[in-house]
Amino acid sequence: MTRIRFQQSLEDLKEKLLVMAGLAEQAIQRATEAYRERDLSICDLVSQGELAINRLEREIDQAALDLLAMEQPMAGDLRFILSVIKINAELERVGNAAKSISERVRHMERMAAAELPVNIPRMAELASAMVRKSLQSFIEADAEMARSILTMDDAVDAMNKAAFKSLIKVMEEQSHLAPQALNALMISRSLERVADHATNIAEDVIFWVEGADVRHHKSMNQDHGATG
Amino acid sequence: MLSTVLVVAPLVAIFVYLVYKGASSLNLDFFTQIPKPVGEAGGGMANAIVGSAILLAVGSLIGVPIGISGGIFLAEFGRGTKLANAVRFTADVLNGVPSIVMGIAVYSLIVVPQGHFSAFSGGVVLGIMMIPTVCRTTEEMLLMVPNSVREAALALGVPNWRSVLAITVKTASPGIITGCMLAFARVAGETAPLIFTAFGNVGRSTKLSEPIAALPLQIYVYAISPYDEWHRLAWAGALVLIMLIVLAVSLVRYVTSRGVMKGAS
Amino acid sequence: MGVGIEVANLNAWYGANHALQEINLNIPANHATALIGPSGCGKSTFVRCLNRMHETDPIAHVTGTVLIGDLDIYKDANPVEIRRRVGMVFQRPNPFPTMSIYDNVAAGLKLNGYGNRHMLDEIVERALKNSALWDEVKDDLKKKSGASLSGGQQQRLCIARALAVDPEVLLMDEPASALDPVSTAKIEDLIFQLKAQYTIVIVTHNMQQAARVAEKTGFFLNGRMVEFDLTHKIFTNPSDKRTEDYITGRFG
Repeated sequence: MTRIRFQQSLEDLKEKLLVMAGLAEQAIQRATEAYRERDLSICDLVSQGELAINRLEREIDQAALDLLAMEQPMAGDLRFILSVIKINAELERVGNAAKSISERVRHMERMAAAELPVNIPRMAELASAMVRKSLQSFIEADAEMARSILTMDDAVDAMNKAAFKSLIKVMEEQSHLAPQALNALMISRSLERVADHATNIAEDVIFWVEGADVRHHKSMNQDHGATG
Repeated sequence: MLSTVLVVAPLVAIFVYLVYKGASSLNLDFFTQIPKPVGEAGGGMANAIVGSAILLAVGSLIGVPIGISGGIFLAEFGRGTKLANAVRFTADVLNGVPSIVMGIAVYSLIVVPQGHFSAFSGGVVLGIMMIPTVCRTTEEMLLMVPNSVREAALALGVPNWRSVLAITVKTASPGIITGCMLAFARVAGETAPLIFTAFGNVGRSTKLSEPIAALPLQIYVYAISPYDEWHRLAWAGALVLIMLIVLAVSLVRYVTSRGVMKGAS
Repeated sequence: MGVGIEVANLNAWYGANHALQEINLNIPANHATALIGPSGCGKSTFVRCLNRMHETDPIAHVTGTVLIGDLDIYKDANPVEIRRRVGMVFQRPNPFPTMSIYDNVAAGLKLNGYGNRHMLDEIVERALKNSALWDEVKDDLKKKSGASLSGGQQQRLCIARALAVDPEVLLMDEPASALDPVSTAKIEDLIFQLKAQYTIVIVTHNMQQAARVAEKTGFFLNGRMVEFDLTHKIFTNPSDKRTEDYITGRFG
């Protein structure tokens, strides 16, 4: 097999991205746990993890840039490196979302505990599962698996919309709980964003594996009223 | 350096010796007068010089075109064919035939049917002797022209024959001309074949249908004679012969070097 | 103006070696088309079939159809005529060594009996301008020999020589492979400009070059044409795995 060094470099890039993915997933899980336990020390862990995520994002982008410049990648290799760069950005934003959530948790800790009609942990679980599955489809280069994530997004969207409705109602009817409700709303939105990022990652995997650009398919369908 | 000296030394030695022996006999008479009868002093080799020139001209007219055409055929049109192999073989054999045998052959073919010796037959034998050298060097020089040059011409939509003549032959022309000069220099000094063809002439004949004098022939006749006067003339003749050959070769080199593009590889 | 080339069922042999097998291909007019593939894959043989140079080898023969414009080049014309309409530039620059720059460019015309002095001057100037060489040689046209130029200049001289006979198609067999990067870039820019007037077919083993100059690219392998498509598609998402393996360097 020729270009062994190059292929090793591609493997290394993949490894780095998976480490990044692990850090991002861990951040979401910690943020969720902090919410459940109302534990500030876990919020600190999330903040620390954020530094590692940012550093790794820069490393991955630099490595990818070097490969583009030095190795003249073509076809599948080129699409792979491009998708790594994009997935890298999405994972960094997942990390940001986790940080947002942990900031909200810090705020809420100063308030009285409240029973709110929204299942944050459940949403977090779904969003995390989506991220995990999208990275799995990347590892296995499985476009079908990636496609299934696109439909999972609908469930999280629905949960977010429902949370929005019920939390607004709480703010109207029990105004002393408004601060808590607002924070919960923002956490819900962050989780919805995480699900979106997972969807984007899935689209990038499909682009790499099939060479097909399946982004914005929903909005394109709405514009043209027809497929594709 | 050593090999240069070794190669040049014999030439220089011969030249120096000829100058030593023959220079004293060189005077205007030598170039303008014909031989005097035996016993008389003086006289020259004017007839032999002119005779050699005529014989070589006729010979070149026969040998060069045939030789170059043969070389072009071997290199450009007949490569690998049985005919080409036969031609090449014939040329090599011809090259090895002793010159005296050549003379005898032309004697039987031309002199006998015509009934007399002639400058024409002398020119013919010299021409035939030039053919193998001219032909083989032409072929070699043409083969040295890189194929890329031929392809360039063909790719322009130039017919093959035109490409051969205008491009390939032209590119190889310095080498081809050298080949002709080699052949020329070689036959300029041939004596034996002329014995049976040109025969020699003590008078100022320039007619092709009559026997004609030639420098090498004259030198031979004078050298084996018992007369000191004639020996003297023979030495002078030998010196003149070499000088004329050197002159002819230099002239051709000069003329052709002006024609070739500067900077061409 | 350039014309399109249609190739149908083209097969070519060198003696018993079946060098090209069932090639079918449409080369668009006024575009540059690149042919890539590993050594010995037949791309040079293919291109030499387009100007009937393939048959200069005595053991070569060809079956199938090649249409240049409406002309069936194997049925309706002889090789010499075809080569005036289909010019060729070779891998190693090959200017005529005994000729000046002027004579080199004019060679295709002069050797075919075209002698009008005034017109020749114009044609030579135009050809040298079209090959981006005019400014560098205009003062030495008749004084310098073709062989005294640098490699890149010699190649542009060969391009000018090919253009002077006003062909419709220009075939380029790895035209920049013997040149340094700057000369290569100049040749590539030239190809870009020439596309407007001629149909260009360029054989190259340098894929980045194919990507830079050609709208369509064909991938040859073992005498067959594996894939022929828009260049950007071949290099971002080829349909055939063999193409992908070749261009990503994973071959053998």
